[in-house]
Amino acid sequence: MSTDSKDLATTDGGAHGSVDIPHKPRRADTDIKAARRAERQVSALFLISALSTIGFVVAYVAFPSDEIITVPVIGPTNASNFFLGLALGVALFCIGAGAIHWAKKLMPDVEEVGARTPIGATPDETAAAAELFEEGADASGFVSRPIIRRSLLTALVLLPIPAVVLLRDLGPLPGTKLRETIWADGVRVVSDVSYLPIRLSDIPVGGMVSAVPENLPEVEEETGTLNARAKAAVIVVRMLPSEIRSQQNDDWSVDGVIAYSKICTHVGCPIGLYEQQTHHLLCPCHQSTFDLADSGNVVFGPAARQLPQLAIAVDEDGYLVARGDFAEPVGPSFWERG
Amino acid sequence: MSIATKAGGGAAKYLDERTSSNKFLKKNLGKIFPDHWSFMLGEIALYSFIVLLLSGSFLALFFKPSMTEVIYNGSYVPLNGIKMSEAYASSLDISFDVRGGLLMRQIHHWAALIFVASIMVHLLRVFFTGAFRKPRELNWLIGVVLLTMALLAGFSGYSLPDDLLSGTGLRIAEGVMLSIPVVGTYLSMFVFGGEFPGIDFIPRLYTVHVLFIPGAILGLVTVHLMLVWYQKHTQYPGPGRTNDNVVGFRLFPIYTAKAGGFFFIVFGVIALLGALATVNPIWLYGPYMPDQITAGSQPDFYIGFLEGSLRMTPPIEWTILGYTISWNVLIPGLILPGLMFTAMGAYPFLEKWITKDDSVHNLLDRPRNAATRTSLGVMALTFYGILFIGGGNDVIATTFSLSINAITRVLQVLIIIGPPVAFLISRRICLGLQRRDREKLLHGRESGIIRRTPEGEFYEVHAPLSAEEKAVLMSRQVIEPLAIPVAADENGVRNPGGRTERLRARLSRFYYGEQIPMPTAAEIAAADEHLAHDSDHTLEPARTTEVAEGEVSEFGQIMQSEALPRDRTPTGS
Repeated sequence: MSTDSKDLATTDGGAHGSVDIPHKPRRADTDIKAARRAERQVSALFLISALSTIGFVVAYVAFPSDEIITVPVIGPTNASNFFLGLALGVALFCIGAGAIHWAKKLMPDVEEVGARTPIGATPDETAAAAELFEEGADASGFVSRPIIRRSLLTALVLLPIPAVVLLRDLGPLPGTKLRETIWADGVRVVSDVSYLPIRLSDIPVGGMVSAVPENLPEVEEETGTLNARAKAAVIVVRMLPSEIRSQQNDDWSVDGVIAYSKICTHVGCPIGLYEQQTHHLLCPCHQSTFDLADSGNVVFGPAARQLPQLAIAVDEDGYLVARGDFAEPVGPSFWERG
Repeated sequence: MSIATKAGGGAAKYLDERTSSNKFLKKNLGKIFPDHWSFMLGEIALYSFIVLLLSGSFLALFFKPSMTEVIYNGSYVPLNGIKMSEAYASSLDISFDVRGGLLMRQIHHWAALIFVASIMVHLLRVFFTGAFRKPRELNWLIGVVLLTMALLAGFSGYSLPDDLLSGTGLRIAEGVMLSIPVVGTYLSMFVFGGEFPGIDFIPRLYTVHVLFIPGAILGLVTVHLMLVWYQKHTQYPGPGRTNDNVVGFRLFPIYTAKAGGFFFIVFGVIALLGALATVNPIWLYGPYMPDQITAGSQPDFYIGFLEGSLRMTPPIEWTILGYTISWNVLIPGLILPGLMFTAMGAYPFLEKWITKDDSVHNLLDRPRNAATRTSLGVMALTFYGILFIGGGNDVIATTFSLSINAITRVLQVLIIIGPPVAFLISRRICLGLQRRDREKLLHGRESGIIRRTPEGEFYEVHAPLSAEEKAVLMSRQVIEPLAIPVAADENGVRNPGGRTERLRARLSRFYYGEQIPMPTAAEIAAADEHLAHDSDHTLEPARTTEVAEGEVSEFGQIMQSEALPRDRTPTGS
């Protein structure tokens, strides 16, 4: 291949005369030894890839899926994953590196000039196409027979309706589902880990417990879903009764123990970060912050509504119980919420 | 006849007699592709998509898209005996009990991250070089849809394993759905087959993830590439490169070897990442429970801007006539991304409307030469960047021990004033660079050689530009803004459509507002002549040494030989 600069004067449309694309010959162009060396390098890369592919099969057989090894820098890692990935990576990479090295060292490196043909039909072709279209349109009578045209359009416009109707059974209608939880009068408040009922004395002042209704496991068993949990989860905290500045109803707490929905009123993340000094509850998703000493009002962040409070009492056995369902829907706002 | 032709000839003949394929080969084997590193960004996107298809097909053989509860009993001991969905259990099995399963999962996840990232950077390259201009507007639109599809593919994919992190992401998506006026609750009930989370969603999402979205991407990518092929690739300005030609290397063998090789490089690097860098360790998150959460949970990077917009929007909610509109969710979750993608898709058409530029552009703009477009791009990037930082405000707060409230408030201010400031600064930078280019054309390159005249005056010797550089600098065009049409003629007859045209002219003035004039041909010729004269006396290497030893003062002893153009081609003399 030529190692001279390629003269582009004939194709240069610019105003500044002929321009050369400067080109420097590579070592491999002038030195046969360098070319041989490049040839060896390329084939060595391809051979490394072949060996690595064999290594992949060996690693697949040699390492069980649960063996852990310690690799410098990375630390403990799964041996099978490490060696399989390494072998596959090297096998692939070396084919790529070999091909590119080949192209760069041994294939021609002189840029060539190609022409761009204008896009689009000639005026004649366009006129011919327009004529054909018009002939066809006239022949069909699409314009001159409006009754056919209009009835066809009516039929076509109606046709997508079945596709929409068919989607109806994707799910039930909302009804009052978003307004109700499984909390009810007398349902015990139990820990969300042990499902054991909670006594007042189990929660020290400053303490926090994540809780669910006692009947949740049964409901989950029955429905096979986590839907009830997604609405009913509550946070139970205890503060000095004097620290409660306000709550959503005067007698919804017992001796400083106060329960709020755990589901953020912004977009529904469970709210898990409680700061006992300030009684602030922070949602880790978008940092809406609620003041549990003050009716669960929003003190920071994107949530626009206070956390719903769950009215609680103590039953005759001394356990915390709900006094009914939440007074308002829990979780994110929705159109019909009001 | 060479060995190569003999070997391929039989197959070629067979195909040709059935499809005329040799006509195609004749036309395309020698097709010229321009070469530039930035043209590989789109290639990375294409190749990582192929990796996604391959690794995803493997995962589909083992993954069970079901929300039925099972008790886990597998190799990952910490979760043994725990109730979880079949989807999560099978993801654990893929990670711990299928040999190569973890590797394929990690390859799939890394490829997804690289897929989205490379599409984004590719899009920036196309934007800032003006490659979207006629005749490539349709390909820009396809690209914007592809980016949207890529985000959906990513989000639907990382939601499938049903781990705590992905379930939380879905919960947020459901919250956003609920905020849609009138139909929100219905939409949510239909999508989830009832209340959140239900048991229908993962299987449905699976079909979307493995069929609808990849099918759409595959179809759009095919059209995208066919258009690139047919319209031929754009090229950067350079010597011999015009709007009517294409300068580069042949498809066969050079581009075949380079692009084909690059596929293996991309695949290889992703495989090595899968081997060496853990990504999305779902076993650490645990199964999804709608009442559990971990602090500092972060989505994949490409969802970060939405997370940021959700975090930064102030709490605005209206209740009108018993109906609720949650602007605090609706705006950041749907309206804002909708506007962002609409603006992206509409940009080529807006620019065209403003500039009335209907010509074909095969030669790319240098970003500085299209100062307003570049600055609009920087403005959009700044906006996106602030949203993205907002999505990580908790990580920033804990890493740098800052108040998360303060960070959020600062970002709420920055999102308003940051983008326009970025616009102004970047326009100044672009114009400054244009001025520098003009200087170079008029006075040549600074050679770093300081010379003292016999009178004792010091000056720096300027060297002629190389042919490449000169061709690049000459590529800028100064375009006059549209003239503002008269509102009414001298008889008081109103100009029909005058208001629209005046708006357009004003926008055109804004767009082309301040431009640095290009040197005239005469000025360039004069400069060339002056420089050629100058270089005769100073830039011969032997003379330069002499100059350095004999004449250069102490503050001038810099870079004599380094500054010499290595393959200087004298021009203009």
